[in-house]
Amino acid sequence: MSLLDLQRGFRDYILSGAPEIGPRLGGDPAAGLAVYHHAYRAQLFAGLRDTFEKTWAWLGDEGFDAAARRHVEAHPPSSWTLGDYGEDFPATLNTLYPDDPEVAELAWLDWTLRRAFDGPNAEAISPEALAAVDWDTAVLTLVPTLKVGEVATNCAAIWGAIAEDQTPPAAEPLPQAAAIRVWRQTLSPQYRTIEAAEHHALSLVLAGEPFGGVCTTLSEGMDEAQASQLIGGLLASWIQDGLVCGAE
Amino acid sequence: MREPTLPTFQGFGLGLRPPHYQDFLAGEPQVDFVEVISENFMVRGGRPLHVLDAVRERYPVAMHGVSMSIGSADGVKLDYLKRLKQLADRVRPLWVSDHLCWTGVEGFNSHDLLPLPYTEDTLKTVCANIDRVQDVLERPLVLENPSSYLTFADDEMTEWGFLSEMCARTGCYLLLDINNIYVSGTNHGFSPEAYIAGVPAERVRQVHLAGHSAGRGLLIDTHDTPVPDPVWALYELASRRLGQVAVMIERDDDIPPLGELLSELEIARARANGVRGRGLAA
Repeated sequence: MSLLDLQRGFRDYILSGAPEIGPRLGGDPAAGLAVYHHAYRAQLFAGLRDTFEKTWAWLGDEGFDAAARRHVEAHPPSSWTLGDYGEDFPATLNTLYPDDPEVAELAWLDWTLRRAFDGPNAEAISPEALAAVDWDTAVLTLVPTLKVGEVATNCAAIWGAIAEDQTPPAAEPLPQAAAIRVWRQTLSPQYRTIEAAEHHALSLVLAGEPFGGVCTTLSEGMDEAQASQLIGGLLASWIQDGLVCGAE
Repeated sequence: MREPTLPTFQGFGLGLRPPHYQDFLAGEPQVDFVEVISENFMVRGGRPLHVLDAVRERYPVAMHGVSMSIGSADGVKLDYLKRLKQLADRVRPLWVSDHLCWTGVEGFNSHDLLPLPYTEDTLKTVCANIDRVQDVLERPLVLENPSSYLTFADDEMTEWGFLSEMCARTGCYLLLDINNIYVSGTNHGFSPEAYIAGVPAERVRQVHLAGHSAGRGLLIDTHDTPVPDPVWALYELASRRLGQVAVMIERDDDIPPLGELLSELEIARARANGVRGRGLAA
């Protein structure tokens, strides 16, 4: 048997317990095989618990481990880094908890904050550079760790309470659709629930729309004072939060 | 292409683990070098690289990986090697090491260190992979002997015979994990002493010391306990054979306060000095 065939057989044993590898092994291999079979799953469970810590706290050991088992059996890892494992875990949770949408939303928040933690660096724009910006034509560049996700529940409040070791609130739907923006400010991952207008504005900026065009779109149906207050407030919060790293 | 000589480094160090980041950033732990898990820092930015850059200003760093999969029959992945080289160019490490094992094949990654049969066929695959790694990294590779829980019906040579031939054919170097020798020796019934006598001592650049646990009929390389007496005894035996090496306590689970690991490292230093002292007296 070639080394490639042997490794395929070993992989099949780890994934499904396929016994074909047995005759290629020395001595009594049962105990050794069990070690590798267990270690593969233990490593992935530990990785999921680490990445989805708040989801784990929300579901408890039993619920989380059952979901992790389902996920691990259906999704063998392919990346060289364990950090990539679990991107589709929120989708697994969505399937397992169709009537509890906060579960998958919590998992999305866990995942996205973890990605922000070691995502690309970017310098927030300096006050000097801000002073020179032509806001009508400028296209804003936002930090590369920024991600925006739509949410239907109070998952952010649940996540925050768990993070501070407080009793989380009961899950409930939000009165209206909202979104969460996740990003990293210097070394610290951040999240904030945002309203529809900010979500719309961020989508336009991320699509490369010049800031003047973003203002025009957002101002539709508003008087000038309202529009100015909304847009000024958004821009100020983006700058204060270190979201803007360029405006040219 | 024969790789250039890898300079030796004599010293006693620890692995840089997240519970101790603050200790290394705030104070001056008395270690001669630190070892980092390469994959934990093969990231785009943020706190891990910030910590690594700060630590690197104070200490020599050895890079130790777990995902190279040097024994994969379908080769080592170029995208992984490029990311590893990027990190090595940033860190300028003492050396880059990984394990004599395979972690996956054909797109599957087990994230475990899986065993290899010690055959001429495997040797050819491993050596071809090492040549490629050394070409891409532009530096010699250091490989660690793994703990294993299985042997293969086709095994044609001992693990130490395999390591010797691998070094001779590729010019690579060795990281000798004393605990792994003890664990595999106990599991497979070979003599750890014969292993230590059989490895090419001049190729060893680093030593790992760690603890293990007893499983069902097997010792398991858990890295979650202090170094036990039989491993210390083997370490003393190895110290008599090895030249200048970097010695490290490796703890990956149930990580104690840094002070406990520093105390354990002092034991390693004292035992090595004792062996040298006795050697000189003799």
